[in-house]
Amino acid sequence: MSTATKKEHKSNRPARGGVATFIEAIRQGIWEEMERDPTVFVIGEDVGAYGGAFKVTDGLLDEFGEGRVIDTPISEAAIVGAACGAALMGMRPVAEFQFIDFISPGFDMLTNYAAKCRYRWGAGLPTVFRGPCGAGVHSGPFHSVNAEAFFLNTAGLKIVEPSTAYDAKGLIKAAIRDPDPVLYFEHKKLYRLPRLREELPEDDYIVEIGKARTARAGRDLSIITFGAQVLNALDAAAELEREGLDVEVIDLRTLAPMDKEAILASVKKTNKVLILHEAARTGGIGGEIAATIAEEAFEWLDAPVVRVASIDTPVPYSPPLEEYHLPQIKDVLEAARKLAAY
Amino acid sequence: MKTETKRKGASKQGAAKGRKDAGANGANGVTSSPSTAADGELICTTETTLGAEQLLELYRYLLLTRLVEERLVNLYRQTKVVGGVFRSLGQEATAVGTCYALESRDFIAPLIRDLGAVLVKGIRPREIFAQYMAKAWGPSEGRDLNIHFGNMEKGFIGPISHLGDMIPVMTGIALGARMQQKEIVALAYIGDGGMSTGAFHEGLNFAAVQRLPVIIIAEHNWYAYSTPTRLQTAVENLADKAAGYGIPGHIVDGNDIIACYEVTKRAADYARSGGGAVLIEAKTYRRKGHAEHDDQRYISAEELEMWEKRDPVDRFTRHLLTQEIATQAQLDAIVADVQREIDEDVAWAEESPMPDAEKVAYGVFDNSIVPPAFRPKIFGDK
Ligand SMILES: Cc1ncc(C[n+]2csc(CCOP(=O)(O)OP(=O)(O)O)c2C)c(N)n1
Ligand SMILES: [Mg+2]
Repeated sequence: MSTATKKEHKSNRPARGGVATFIEAIRQGIWEEMERDPTVFVIGEDVGAYGGAFKVTDGLLDEFGEGRVIDTPISEAAIVGAACGAALMGMRPVAEFQFIDFISPGFDMLTNYAAKCRYRWGAGLPTVFRGPCGAGVHSGPFHSVNAEAFFLNTAGLKIVEPSTAYDAKGLIKAAIRDPDPVLYFEHKKLYRLPRLREELPEDDYIVEIGKARTARAGRDLSIITFGAQVLNALDAAAELEREGLDVEVIDLRTLAPMDKEAILASVKKTNKVLILHEAARTGGIGGEIAATIAEEAFEWLDAPVVRVASIDTPVPYSPPLEEYHLPQIKDVLEAARKLAAY
Repeated sequence: MKTETKRKGASKQGAAKGRKDAGANGANGVTSSPSTAADGELICTTETTLGAEQLLELYRYLLLTRLVEERLVNLYRQTKVVGGVFRSLGQEATAVGTCYALESRDFIAPLIRDLGAVLVKGIRPREIFAQYMAKAWGPSEGRDLNIHFGNMEKGFIGPISHLGDMIPVMTGIALGARMQQKEIVALAYIGDGGMSTGAFHEGLNFAAVQRLPVIIIAEHNWYAYSTPTRLQTAVENLADKAAGYGIPGHIVDGNDIIACYEVTKRAADYARSGGGAVLIEAKTYRRKGHAEHDDQRYISAEELEMWEKRDPVDRFTRHLLTQEIATQAQLDAIVADVQREIDEDVAWAEESPMPDAEKVAYGVFDNSIVPPAFRPKIFGDK
């Protein structure tokens, strides 16, 4: 039985702009930044010849060579630590975790070294730490995590998570140009989703870190969310519109530092808030958002703030279990209807 | 016999320059020269304490491993497997041969490619099929994938995905057993890639200073996903790392199932009798991609062909026949029996329902103390 499968392979430079998927948008962003700035480099497991487990870095090795596209041993602590060291020397590393679940062996380096450098001795670390996050593709407990809450309680780390191709490109470029460590989470379900294909500008642009976006304007209630759940929120909003409810969807885009102004403005407009996220409910980012609203806009609320999130279990593998675990559109609909009727 | 991988730019490999690729110092160059049959074809070592009956049992496990995986690929193509399939094609002898050297009271922590070891430990194929198909009758009842489960009675500690993490755990298995005066061996598998993790180092170092009966099988299959060993470590042999822990290191031809058995048997005797940890490097080769989706674009056809010739199943078959341990008819009967078992077990797994959705809420903690994690009520709910 022959297994000889060697294929001729060449990955071309991505278009500048044009119609792109979510993953292509990230790839364009990294590519353009590497062209623009010779200090930008990519480091991670299988990012070179293989082009990354999901092919985000496909073709970079051929274009920029092994000096700037570095395949590492399986050691996330080394990836994060070495990225920090290179950044101290004036480089701008873009480090990949094969899955965000594998950020955990780099946790110490991220939360203790990367996060505290500027604060302790004024040494900024222009570093990007990125990778695929999220559940819903039956990958089980170790390839599905949403890790934002693990890092939210550590001052010194910025966290972004886009939900559109435009933002994916604009935010990766902004992250690479940012003077501080940025965790850039990519929901793997979005990578090749046809629905997210869109025309990107040919010209260079960034999406500012720290700014939310109104994904849909509405008057009756606000859904505050980010990442792949933005799509669930928009689908729920479309359904609720048929029932006469005008729902606003806020896509946070940046989770730290959070765009409080955008959140509070929406609360003051609709007076009812539903927070939707994919990570487990307890200790999730929803609690932080709800507390901010309670502290700063209590008198604007016409109903309790509601959270819709995953249940407090690991992410299970089997489809019926995973579906029950994750927030579904029907959960959003049910919560929104109750909220509207409150 | 220098084989060039065809990877573009491989010659510019900075620090890795001049280092060898898979097969350049492959399995056959390192240990004593391998046994061959009269026609010059590879067989297994003839120095063994195993009798004919055991050798045939070993053959059955080896075939079972290969054929269970082949069936998993079929099921995958029929979209009946929910997650990925990670083949051990070409390296099955390592998992089967090493695990066969253990006693039933001993413990293993396999990796995803060590299905063979799991089967030797007495896990039935039906459990594997149901698990891959995310079915309710699978051992994790649909909660986790592939061989990510465990069975304490059978001495099987299931792995997690995070590489290296099982080494400290197996150190603890050995520690806990010693505290209870149990003379067991804890054997953990690790890849050429997984050995780069901090957890591997920390766990093995601890086992070494405690002189715990931990055996590490370093499966040197030349790739970690797409990354060749020369980008993983600067040592020539993975077994060289043993010196850094102050423990013995051995190298074995991982495609010689009898040699794998023998070296592990000796290591187990040594570890059990108080010698402490041992590192065994099995030189073998991963002939499939990391998983079924991987196109292996980073591998040359020559390299694959060379390792096809060293196929561990062909080699053991040839051994059994040329050494007149078994007749072709006997081997055919084993294959037929294995096929029958697989057919039965696939049918069983297919019959299993998918798990009940609400089951997911149970068992995060002891549910007699902490209630299950049901979907939280939103105001107004009863
Ligand atoms: C800590 C950690 N980082 C990354 C991964 C992703 N990953 C899964 S398998 C693999 C390659 C493993 O190679 P090796 O250890 O040589 O084992 P093999 O697949 O060859 O059996 C990688 C990088 C992981 N599982 N754990
Ligand atoms: Mg390997």
